[in-house]
Amino acid sequence: MILKILYKNKHLQLSFGLLFGIIFGVLLDIGGVTDYNILINQLLLKDFRVAKIILSAIFVGMICIEILRQMGVINTHPKPLNFRANIIGGLIFGVGFALLGYCPGTTLGAAGGGSIHAIFGFFGMLIGTWIFALIYPYIKRFIEKGNLGVVTLEKVAHLSKIIVILIIALLILTALYYMENTGL
Amino acid sequence: MGTLIISDKALGCSTSIVRLSGMIERLFRGEITRERVYYKKYPPKIDWQFMLVIGIFIGAAISSIWSGTFSIESIPYLWGDTYGQSAVLRYTLAVFGGILIGFGARFAGGCTSGHSISGTSQLAVGSWVATIFFFIGGIVATLLLFRGI
Repeated sequence: MILKILYKNKHLQLSFGLLFGIIFGVLLDIGGVTDYNILINQLLLKDFRVAKIILSAIFVGMICIEILRQMGVINTHPKPLNFRANIIGGLIFGVGFALLGYCPGTTLGAAGGGSIHAIFGFFGMLIGTWIFALIYPYIKRFIEKGNLGVVTLEKVAHLSKIIVILIIALLILTALYYMENTGL
Repeated sequence: MGTLIISDKALGCSTSIVRLSGMIERLFRGEITRERVYYKKYPPKIDWQFMLVIGIFIGAAISSIWSGTFSIESIPYLWGDTYGQSAVLRYTLAVFGGILIGFGARFAGGCTSGHSISGTSQLAVGSWVATIFFFIGGIVATLLLFRGI
């Protein structure tokens, strides 16, 4: 497989990483999600641009990933299901998201666009991950006990992967159509 | 998706922040940092994801300068309308928010990139659960902050 060459070539991989990052940054900026006001208006449920972008990304990503996987070009790496970690961590993240107004990726994008408080938020994230590394030995058991391994939607639904993808794609299209038509 | 192609690994931003925090601790404390269990899992080194995170900053800078939307922003208007023009208050809460994000993302096993875009696209149930709770936490806290409900 030609991609094996890429996996082994560190410098090439780093360069591609940078290139994809630059593309990602440009797209975040064009999408408007590096703007604090747009992100906060989403959380206030006044402006649904962020939801539209995330749903479109899932729509495209889900279909392309499955096509490439079927072709044998890529392997997928779904994260394990862990209710206590996903829920507790998710809620802590959410409160931080509300206070800062950005998530990790958009923090860097916003900093690139001149947002000073985003830079302060980035320093906060460094402190936050460091605190996590400090106390990890004490919470490791609690977190690992909740690990249910990799669970994917098609396993839970007892349906074929293609059907699940089609259902989600249809739900996303319906949601996007509804948002456009109600002017959200 | 692109990242699955280039490296056989999924997209993620918060892992790189872990690595950077480890690199900084190593600057102060030396190689003993590597002994921390969590930094054994995510060694403080520069990988392609790290480059991707730097790329986001550069890409957004290029795009905003090009389109003329680049501006130095200390206090966004939505914040200023409710909490006034104190930069100290804004920066303090931004740092505090960042701490919760960094901690919460690592607790949840990923952030809005790793879970909400990459993980959900791979149909991982955990990523859908995490995404739902990112937004439940975010929406409730934002409504409390700005509406006081």
